[in-house]
Amino acid sequence: MKAATPGQTVGPFFHTALPYSGDCQLVPPGRGDAVRLHGRVLDGDGIPVPDALVEVWQADELGVVPRSGGSIRRDGHTFTGFGRASTDREGRYTFTTVVPGSVGGGLPFFALTVFARGLLHRLFTRAYLPPGDGGTDALLASVEPDRRHTLVCTPDGRGFVFDIRLMGEDETVFLAFPEH
Amino acid sequence: MQRLTAHAEPADQAEISSEIEAMSGEYDARGVPETQPRLDYPPYRSSLLRHPTKAPHQVDPEGVELQAPVFGQRDVDPLEADLTIQRSAEPIGERITVTGRVVDGEGRPVRHQLVEIWQANAGGRYIHQRDQHPAPLDPNFVGMGRCLTDDDGGYHFTTIKPGPYPWRNHHNAWRPAHIHFSVFGTEFTQRLVTQMYFPGDPLFALDPIYQSILDPAARERLVSTYDHALTSPEWSTGYRWDIVLTGGSRTPVAEQGA
Repeated sequence: MKAATPGQTVGPFFHTALPYSGDCQLVPPGRGDAVRLHGRVLDGDGIPVPDALVEVWQADELGVVPRSGGSIRRDGHTFTGFGRASTDREGRYTFTTVVPGSVGGGLPFFALTVFARGLLHRLFTRAYLPPGDGGTDALLASVEPDRRHTLVCTPDGRGFVFDIRLMGEDETVFLAFPEH
Repeated sequence: MQRLTAHAEPADQAEISSEIEAMSGEYDARGVPETQPRLDYPPYRSSLLRHPTKAPHQVDPEGVELQAPVFGQRDVDPLEADLTIQRSAEPIGERITVTGRVVDGEGRPVRHQLVEIWQANAGGRYIHQRDQHPAPLDPNFVGMGRCLTDDDGGYHFTTIKPGPYPWRNHHNAWRPAHIHFSVFGTEFTQRLVTQMYFPGDPLFALDPIYQSILDPAARERLVSTYDHALTSPEWSTGYRWDIVLTGGSRTPVAEQGA
């Protein structure tokens, strides 16, 4: 195995490069089945983080993992599954997207990556759709019961709310993958 | 306690350097390799309230995590790899070529994947409203670029060598000159944002962001190499920097077209 290149913080100045027009709109907001995935990024004191970047990567409604380019220059029709949202001054991020379907039978989730000034390396997490009656997931089952809710979206009128707490009380469960 | 630290009078470089040295000493004594930055690294003051305190949950990647977003020719104009031609005239500074390969842990090229960069200008100033450093903005330099890797995982940028710049972590704090890189792999789990540095920078030892990678060999992997073979006569100097993503090969997943 070759030794991996370490990460570094995204820093305070990523806004000149990483955001782009339409970055957080995986589908046009007017589309009939569009939903909103939104929430706040909060620090260890519960203070909103205004200089974070959240990326989403997800399957489409049928559980198909998109293999199409076009996330940077969107054509308004192709679902690419990738989006990027910078937090605003209240620490809020918002994606306009579709409800992901199950890939291979598991409980559907949005895969999220979090970057921020002050955060030295990216964090991975999953925002699961609320499990229905009897719905289970191996990962959720393996997390301590009192922390499980940090991985699950809360439905609201137009979609889902998912807050990301970087630290402290109710800290979001972040993920580490083998060999990564 | 941490709140107090965060709001105390800014430390000076001697205090930061002694904190860096203490953490390095503890690391050496402990003898457990850490090749990624320590998230809880108090000399970088902005990390005090922005690091998880609980160990990450170990999990095998599933579903979308086994693949990465695809970027194509439509997403990236080849001209976006040249940061010196984005405005009407040439930017000020040392013109450089920065090139290298993106590979996975087994050395396999990451092909046709997105690489994004951003950086300060030659005077150490970013085009960003939060950058109040009283160095000149260069009207001919935006400081952001993109490219797709080629068949061999290669990337190539033409840009200007960035200057070091002051920041407010502590009194008289200066960042070593660097270029920010954002890279995707073939799996979601390989996503990387990092910084490339230049060889021999005198600010390395003083910089808590660079020093947050406690393993010396690991942090040196962020330092590019001057390569005279990349230098073009009477045009630009060349730096080479390869990026190794985490993880090895997985049998490529078949296209999941509907």
